[in-house]
Amino acid sequence: MDKYLYWLANVDGIGAAGRERLIEAFGTGAAVYGAGEKHLEMVLEKGKASKLLETRGTWDLDREYERLREKHISCVCTADKEYPERLRHIPDHPFCIYYKGQMPQTEKLAVAVVGARECSDYGRFIATELGKELGEAGIQVISGMARGIDGVSQLAALNAGGESYAILGNGVDICYPKDNRPIYDRMLVQGGILSIYAPGTAPKPQLFPPRNRIVSGLADVLVVVEARQKSGTLITVDMALEQGREVYAVPGRITDRLSDGCNKLVKDGALVFLSPKDFMEGLRQSFPDKLACCIPNRDKANEGHAMPPITPEEAVVLETLDLYPQPIERIREQLQFKLTERGFRTFSNNLLTILMHLCLKGVAKQNSPGWFSLHI
Amino acid sequence: MGGASLNCINFVIPMNPCKCGYFPDKNRCRCSEPELKKYWSRLSGPLLDRIDMYVETGRIELDKLQSMGQGESSRRIRQRVIEARTVQEERFRNKQYSFNGDMDTAELERFCELGGKEKRLMELAYRQLDLSARTYHRVLKVARTIADLDHSERIGEEHLSEALAYRFTERTCGGK
Repeated sequence: MDKYLYWLANVDGIGAAGRERLIEAFGTGAAVYGAGEKHLEMVLEKGKASKLLETRGTWDLDREYERLREKHISCVCTADKEYPERLRHIPDHPFCIYYKGQMPQTEKLAVAVVGARECSDYGRFIATELGKELGEAGIQVISGMARGIDGVSQLAALNAGGESYAILGNGVDICYPKDNRPIYDRMLVQGGILSIYAPGTAPKPQLFPPRNRIVSGLADVLVVVEARQKSGTLITVDMALEQGREVYAVPGRITDRLSDGCNKLVKDGALVFLSPKDFMEGLRQSFPDKLACCIPNRDKANEGHAMPPITPEEAVVLETLDLYPQPIERIREQLQFKLTERGFRTFSNNLLTILMHLCLKGVAKQNSPGWFSLHI
Repeated sequence: MGGASLNCINFVIPMNPCKCGYFPDKNRCRCSEPELKKYWSRLSGPLLDRIDMYVETGRIELDKLQSMGQGESSRRIRQRVIEARTVQEERFRNKQYSFNGDMDTAELERFCELGGKEKRLMELAYRQLDLSARTYHRVLKVARTIADLDHSERIGEEHLSEALAYRFTERTCGGK
């Protein structure tokens, strides 16, 4: 994308469709820049044409373009070959995309993972497992880098050695939310940061919904991990369906308000996410060619320092733990059955000691005093 | 508080679990992660470091409320506390003070001696929970008191575990 197209992308009030009409009519950005008022008016409405002409005086072509280079920001517009193929075919596609790092590759499979910002431990667990599976398979993970499901799945993919791409609701030079800085930095190397907004654009609530259609648009498949009944995540689902993407929903318990959105999707006929394995099987059937282009990453996730092994006693207690926190009394009740089953008469250690060992070994956690759950 | 040292006072801080009060019930609590963090950050790190025990009281179901009197009576608990205090008064009979919490390092070594299993547990905790030296010692002192309540001469793994459990939850040490 040259300096003329960059100018055209930054002219207010003519819309993506207007820009594309101009390129179609004049051929290049430079030709649009050099066109006279009469010619412009043949393509645009009167007011818009004069507005376009005015910006020639205020927009310093070379300086603005140089500024972009200095920030190491790239951009592509619909006139470029490099413009993502997937986006080209969605309704209302953006004229220009800014990015740092790389753009998702067209020939490789891309899966969007989205969900609630304030997710539960269950959602966090599924997002981690899914992100890891995708990362290991070398499948590109697309999301919004928001707190909760978005960031969790992207981090898991990166940790597995995979690639991930974030579509932001602000300029690509701003890391929002700030807490996701480590993920942002890693995606510059293992993927990319993308935005339809000009560099320097600060995050604003109204900027986030429009980027959702880019998240689904850049992916072949959308997975919704956790969503409340009325949520931004469901906007992304609407966009994905409009764009003809496959939509998977992760079912949850009907008593969990954070799963209402997903359970409703299942009722409405969405594909059901049963397990990472089952999901991968579905991908193999629907996208054999794109999957063949993904290069699996092996053995990158299993690093880390040696931890004392888990004893047989601890293993039995670990089996009774759940992702949902349980009070120690309930764990004790469940253990009674397991113990007789396994031929342990009683434990040599008391239960709290065993649980504390499991916590210190990183496989369990104490959520609040006396309440324990699995740690992922 | 002026120059008063925190070592010579006992303090109890009651607190809600979050702004709306419903956490961790995610069906009712709509506090966001930053809101939760902000709520907890009102207690500064150095202050948190000096709190030895965190206890949570949940909602009590109505049937439990109506069938009161099955648990241990306050009178019985008082009796146990007095017994544990007598043990400590005896332990520190030549000292200016009479509680486990006031022990200095030398006495800690004498009265809180750990066996092999107990040492290994504390080593693991020290590494995994990133304990400060002060915290390590305070856990030992709480464990000493738990052992006293249990009429146990030596501190066992179960006493250390309980002391650790009072102190380390997801919220007081960021998921560890």
